[in-house]
Amino acid sequence: MTSITPNTSPPSPPLANQPGPIAWMRKNLFSDWFNSLLTVVVVLVLGYTVVGLLTWGFTVAQWQVIPNNLGLFMSGLYPRDLYWRVWTLLGFVCALGGLSWGVLGRNVSTLFSRSVLIGIGVLCAFIVLFPLTRPASLKLLPLLALVVGMAWVGRAIAKKLPNLGVWLSAIWLISLFPLYPLIFNPIPYISLVPGSILGGVGYLFFGAGRPASPVNDWGGLLLTLLVAVSGILLCFPLGLLLALGRRSQLPAVKWLSTAYIELVRGVPLIAILFMGQVMIPLFLPDGMRPERIARAVIGLTLFSAAYLAENVRAGLQAIPRGQSEAAASLGVNMPLTMFFIVLPQALKIAIPAIVGQFISLFQDTTLLSIVGLAELLGISRSILANPTYLGRYAEVYLFIGAIYWFFCYAMSLASRKIEQKLNTTH
Amino acid sequence: MAALATTMLVSACGGGDTASTGSGPGEESSAAEAGGSTLQTVLDRGQLVCGVDGGIPGFSFVDESGAYSGLDVDVCRAVAAALFDDPDAVEYRRLDSTERFTALSGGEVDMLSRNTTWTVSRDTSVGLEFAPTTFYDGQGMMVRQDSGITSLEDFAGNAVCVETGTTTELNLTDQMRKLGVEFEPVVFQDADAAYAAYSEGRCEGMTSDKSQLVARRSTLPEPEAHVLLDVTMSKEPLGPVTVNNDSAWFDTVKWVTYGLFEAEELGITSENIAEFDNSEDPNIARFLGQEGTLGSDMGLPNDFMARVIRDVGNYGEIYERNLGSGSQFDLPRGQNSLWSEGGLLYSPPFR
Repeated sequence: MTSITPNTSPPSPPLANQPGPIAWMRKNLFSDWFNSLLTVVVVLVLGYTVVGLLTWGFTVAQWQVIPNNLGLFMSGLYPRDLYWRVWTLLGFVCALGGLSWGVLGRNVSTLFSRSVLIGIGVLCAFIVLFPLTRPASLKLLPLLALVVGMAWVGRAIAKKLPNLGVWLSAIWLISLFPLYPLIFNPIPYISLVPGSILGGVGYLFFGAGRPASPVNDWGGLLLTLLVAVSGILLCFPLGLLLALGRRSQLPAVKWLSTAYIELVRGVPLIAILFMGQVMIPLFLPDGMRPERIARAVIGLTLFSAAYLAENVRAGLQAIPRGQSEAAASLGVNMPLTMFFIVLPQALKIAIPAIVGQFISLFQDTTLLSIVGLAELLGISRSILANPTYLGRYAEVYLFIGAIYWFFCYAMSLASRKIEQKLNTTH
Repeated sequence: MAALATTMLVSACGGGDTASTGSGPGEESSAAEAGGSTLQTVLDRGQLVCGVDGGIPGFSFVDESGAYSGLDVDVCRAVAAALFDDPDAVEYRRLDSTERFTALSGGEVDMLSRNTTWTVSRDTSVGLEFAPTTFYDGQGMMVRQDSGITSLEDFAGNAVCVETGTTTELNLTDQMRKLGVEFEPVVFQDADAAYAAYSEGRCEGMTSDKSQLVARRSTLPEPEAHVLLDVTMSKEPLGPVTVNNDSAWFDTVKWVTYGLFEAEELGITSENIAEFDNSEDPNIARFLGQEGTLGSDMGLPNDFMARVIRDVGNYGEIYERNLGSGSQFDLPRGQNSLWSEGGLLYSPPFR
């Protein structure tokens, strides 16, 4: 081993004699009497728990509460005759998501690798077979097809236009415009973005003459996702600015940022949310009050930004001074150094912490049920108060627990993928 | 996002002042002066904003069709029916027990119909006006039928499950001290855990508000094996609430609520109201607005009670639908009967 060529593939693992499962078990589970005892006890406890859970799930539990209230769980009191708006919105997001996937994966040899295909297959099987959500969830199949189709299209386009990746975030941003009139009263909104062609199209198709759904009717998973996504999108730039501000040379900026971060981190989130829901109305007159959902988003954003700032700052501090000194010696000015040299590296380091913050923000949305918004947990409370379903706590909480798990795990999976993609260390 | 906020601002209900805070003699309410009142704000807005809990069985919950229902909700609907002849012209705000009064005094909601106990400190120092009680609740005690316990004295040496940090716990210890009974309190942070413990036999008794005990009893494995003792440890009069110093609005809520009782007393229901169209009885004619100016004196149409009864029903119908024989709870009327039937519901005359 005298010379190492800079290779692209990771070093292959040492050759091991592949043991069979029995040999593996003997080595790892039954190596001595104590290990064997532990194994037996743990297997017994696990088996007992699982059997108990399954027995309960198939014999005792009364699951009708889920399918009968599925619409409420998914979108709260959103008017039923306007559900198509929610589906259209979901379609938009799926199409864009698929497109982004294809564009980002333009250099991967096979977009639909074996693990991806397995994932899609499992998802399809789940959608088709899971009995609690079945009649409604079948509508997800075309959406899944849309994602896959758009991924293929996106890849094909990106091969012709390699620069598309840069514009991807802009496409997302512009596409948000037709999504909002789906949800909000369209006219004042659209007048603000006359330049957006997509906005105009969105307005013509979905906005004109349609009754707007009062924002307070929103609830369920729809509200949880809206609040979480808006919070995540807004707290990131704010947190970034605060982190940079805290490391700034300008004393005023520095002290203000530090004071903000320390102040907000010293207050529990629920206190901020209560402030937004209860105190703000005392200061502002009736017509000037933002909707309660907007107040909740603002509260969550302000709170998460402070934590995010510290995560980003940790990343910034991990970048050696040599990087910016090298840039300075080449005559690169401060903003350019920051945005093209320091930040990309710092953010890459901070990804696990940032995604952790996003996941915790997603879970913090459950606190909104305490301040009276009917998000997923809040609407569950109302459903459980329905005399027909009194006492169905375990079923309902298991169901929404699974939903929370799904989204949090998806975020964590995505963060690991991004880490792998950005991993440039050898 | 700025645009988003703007949209929200625009879609937020416009409206003028909330309740005036002055209380000089010149502020005495009358229909002529209703301009500064919440009543006028609500009428202009075309929608009532009603604060409810959203998660109390029988009082406010969301049914499968996505509509709020329950006894508290029906009171909101009655007020909306009186104002707009449309019981659905209500926007419900879900309020936590800690934020309900702030939301009311801040003008976030026009009225509360949210299981609020009428107490002197809330009426005076918190600055609220309590409309007539729509549900007389009280702290009760549930035991197993075969336990042999028939009164609080029998609890000597026995355990009682109770939620911690509530007035319930305080009432229980007060009562037991008064009776000189040594019992074992088993306290729980939340109701679910307390009822689970009771159902597993951890305690002999379970104490809470009677309405809640009845609601929860139906979720126990064998509901008929449990009985409520004939004791009431506290008075919990629950009713709608408005803000202080806004008599025009308070009168509206107060008399709509009284009207629900009066309609039951007069025997007018949502089904038979058409039979009273040209009533000979002057009381009924006045009540339904066929003669007199009872409604317009308040700033409402004269037939406001006719609208309420047609759209929502009288108190008896509301009760039976949500808590009585028409519901899973089958809770006897008890104190919530009319005064003429031995209950506490009594409406001053409509004239």
